[in-house]
Amino acid sequence: MEIGLNHYLVLSTILFAIGLVGVMRRKNLLLLFFATEILLNSVNIAFAAISHYYGDLTGQMFAFFVIAIAASEVAVGLGLLIVWYKRHGNIDLDTMSTMRG
Amino acid sequence: MFEAVAFYLFAFLTIAMFYIVVTTKQALYALTALAAGMIFISAFFFILGAEFLGAIQIIVYTGAVMALYAFGMMFFDTTRDVKEAQGNKFIITGLATLAAVLVVLIVSAPIISENITAYYPALPEVGNTQEVGMVLFTKYLVPFEVAAVMLLVAMIAGIVLAGKKMDLSITLMNDAEIHDMKIDQKLDQHKKVLS
Amino acid sequence: MEIYLYLALFSPLVGSLFAALFTTKSKTLVAGVVPSLLLFTSFVSSSILLVHILNGGAPVHVEMMTWMATGDLYIPFGFVVDQVSVTMMMVVTIVSTVVHVYSIGYMDHDKSFNRFFAWLSAFVFSMLILVMSDNYAGLFIGWEGVGLCSWGLIGFWFHKESASWAANEAFIMNRIADLGMLIGIFLVYWNTGSLQYDHVFEAFKGLDVDTLALIGIFLFIGAMGKSAQFPLHTWLADAMEGPTPVSALIHAATMVTAGVYLVVRSNELYSLIPEIGLFIASLGAFVAIFAASMALVNRDMKRIIAYSTLSQLGYMFAAAGLGAYWVALFHLMAHAFFKALLFLGAGNVMHAMHDELDPFKMGGLGKTMKATMVMMTLASVALAGLFPLAGFFSKDAILEAAFVEHHYVIYSVLLFTAGLTAFYSFRLVALIFHGEERYTLFGIHPHEAYKFMLVAMSPLLLLAIIAGSLKMTYFEMVTAILPDIEYHIHSHVTFWIMTIGTQLFVVIAILYAYKKYTTIGMNVPDGTSETENTFMYKLLKNQYYIPYAYDEYIVKPYTKLSALFWTEIDQKVVDATVDGIAGVIYDSGEQTRDMQDGNLSTMLRWMVIGTIALLILAVMFGLTARYAHVLG
Repeated sequence: MEIGLNHYLVLSTILFAIGLVGVMRRKNLLLLFFATEILLNSVNIAFAAISHYYGDLTGQMFAFFVIAIAASEVAVGLGLLIVWYKRHGNIDLDTMSTMRG
Repeated sequence: MFEAVAFYLFAFLTIAMFYIVVTTKQALYALTALAAGMIFISAFFFILGAEFLGAIQIIVYTGAVMALYAFGMMFFDTTRDVKEAQGNKFIITGLATLAAVLVVLIVSAPIISENITAYYPALPEVGNTQEVGMVLFTKYLVPFEVAAVMLLVAMIAGIVLAGKKMDLSITLMNDAEIHDMKIDQKLDQHKKVLS
Repeated sequence: MEIYLYLALFSPLVGSLFAALFTTKSKTLVAGVVPSLLLFTSFVSSSILLVHILNGGAPVHVEMMTWMATGDLYIPFGFVVDQVSVTMMMVVTIVSTVVHVYSIGYMDHDKSFNRFFAWLSAFVFSMLILVMSDNYAGLFIGWEGVGLCSWGLIGFWFHKESASWAANEAFIMNRIADLGMLIGIFLVYWNTGSLQYDHVFEAFKGLDVDTLALIGIFLFIGAMGKSAQFPLHTWLADAMEGPTPVSALIHAATMVTAGVYLVVRSNELYSLIPEIGLFIASLGAFVAIFAASMALVNRDMKRIIAYSTLSQLGYMFAAAGLGAYWVALFHLMAHAFFKALLFLGAGNVMHAMHDELDPFKMGGLGKTMKATMVMMTLASVALAGLFPLAGFFSKDAILEAAFVEHHYVIYSVLLFTAGLTAFYSFRLVALIFHGEERYTLFGIHPHEAYKFMLVAMSPLLLLAIIAGSLKMTYFEMVTAILPDIEYHIHSHVTFWIMTIGTQLFVVIAILYAYKKYTTIGMNVPDGTSETENTFMYKLLKNQYYIPYAYDEYIVKPYTKLSALFWTEIDQKVVDATVDGIAGVIYDSGEQTRDMQDGNLSTMLRWMVIGTIALLILAVMFGLTARYAHVLG
């Protein structure tokens, strides 16, 4: 059975949906971060697959930069999380309501 | 045949791992499942012939990012039960499914696959890593340098943010000490505002 | 020569801006002196240009810069000094220089001294743009600038209800006419593709008569407003609310002549449509007698002079309508000098009489105000058209033109008006300067004006006397671009009978006015005498009930209609719609404010919903794009 581009795209979409579920239901910020990693990875799969099936390296380049961005996001995000935790003693989303109008 | 088997196997594994990530109540399980899922994803990259990307995936994600999370988790009280969103689970799942269906509709529509042409055709005579290097250091040189600077900035930001008051550890202090510390902080803030 | 053109044009602007710097300060003498000096510079430059033109020099034509260039439309800021515009420039700069100097004395005690000079110089600048522009667009800019400045000057004492009302009336009347003017300019552009005078006049020759007539009518509507021709004449008399130097400058010498200038400038257009010309001439003759009759009974010194201005404008239009453009322009010039003189003299009288305007409360002022009396008398003689003063030459030329063109009705109307003019001018002079000293009853001690004001007026006096002798020089100059028709009555006998007859008629009218208004114990009109209760007298006294009719049949229904629209349409439809939109937005904000509860989790959920909405849109657009040919 031949595996085509659409197979990869559907897989990527399913993973993306899982990530979305995580983003929406998680209250713990650390686990929310995990969910965003899932989102980024699902997109990377799509990029790599498209790159492969069309013989064009641009998709891989994009995936490469996405990884770089994800790494910096983790570094800064974790730093912020630690600062928050030191101030408030938890990393619960519901306690972060300073933006309430 | 081998490709199909590998695809379905890793697809199942990845989905399972990520499902655990978003549903488990234990942060440690989630971390472990995520790391596993990352490695399984790199398998797709190898299948797709993007060896360089696969290697990067394992090194950066599983090696660096997961390690960072692991260290980060040591600051937090992971023994507490992770609270989950109180909301209608059906709504959440429904929204996610709807989004997924729509994305599938869009990307699998013939209108896209018929209209894509290669800008930088892969060269069959050289290996993937060499190819990537050639494109990355010619066409994408500037983005590459920018990404490098961005990583440096992120590193410094991480150190500065997390490094404040490294000598204190809330996990090792008792409640009274934490309380005193918070009051001190508030006093400091008031002094800053007043001055 | 170009440098003189720019000097003449922009000196008043600099003066205006300079005076404007001081507008919030109390009286600063320099704010009056500097604009006057700059205006004098403008006058000198104009004189140099006049000498240049008189010596047969080519017209000075400059294109300062491009103003509008879009598609086929090309309008430059171009200025031209030719025989016609240099005449206007001389009139404007001489009269306004005199008025500026005079105003330094007249506005001496006014606390808005500086503001006055800012407006006055701005007015002169606008008028110069109007006369010097080489295209209709520039003329229109000057035209509107003149309107704006006259609004500021008529309403100069805006704390007076009547003054601000008069300013608004003048402005609105002019707007109505300017709409006609604008339509005319559009038609010109539409039919000729240009607004430059030389291109336009060239193109007119190839157009059919109907189009030309339409253009001529609409342009003339603009001229009617600015020159206060019937039925848009009411603003001119009310505009006397402004300071007297303003009346002298705007409502005698310069602004109201803009309409005449427009017709003279467009002479090549009106030559092609003699029917419209005849209409203009008839209207002019009608306005001449119409205004003169109202001046007969009026009891307001400045209004009498204003009506005489109106009447003289009628003369100018009569001449221009008959094709005697150079005569119209000549009368315009002569009239500017003696009418400005008359107004400035009236200003002196007002100062002496503490702003009293009713000549019946004056009398015998000649004893204390000899110089003013001499000047006003001479100006009135010039206005009446007695030999050898300026008015004789110009007015006689108009009468001859009407006679030679065989328009005997117009001729006789104008002749009769000449008698009326003489009568009311000398009624005024007699009432003010001769007879009983009625002012003693009101406890006023009149005094002569400042010396330098009288000196400033003297150039006008000189010009009012000698302008007639310049007729042939002038004629040779302007006929270079205006039709050079000389109006000669072939039979010598007829010529002499006409001239001497006219002169005798005028002299009799003057003597009658003197006799009637200098007798001791003359009846002061108080509403009891028999004449005052006749229908004619009442009709004239109430200005033919035209202001009343305007008020009753136009203003009041319009007010009612506006009130109706305000309550029914504006409030119930427009406001309700706007309020409704605001209300819907406000309510939806109230309803959806829970979305922004500050909880990141909720926000993330909304973000996902937003993403889904965008995806749905993308799918829909994709489907429409794909099946567009099926859907048609």
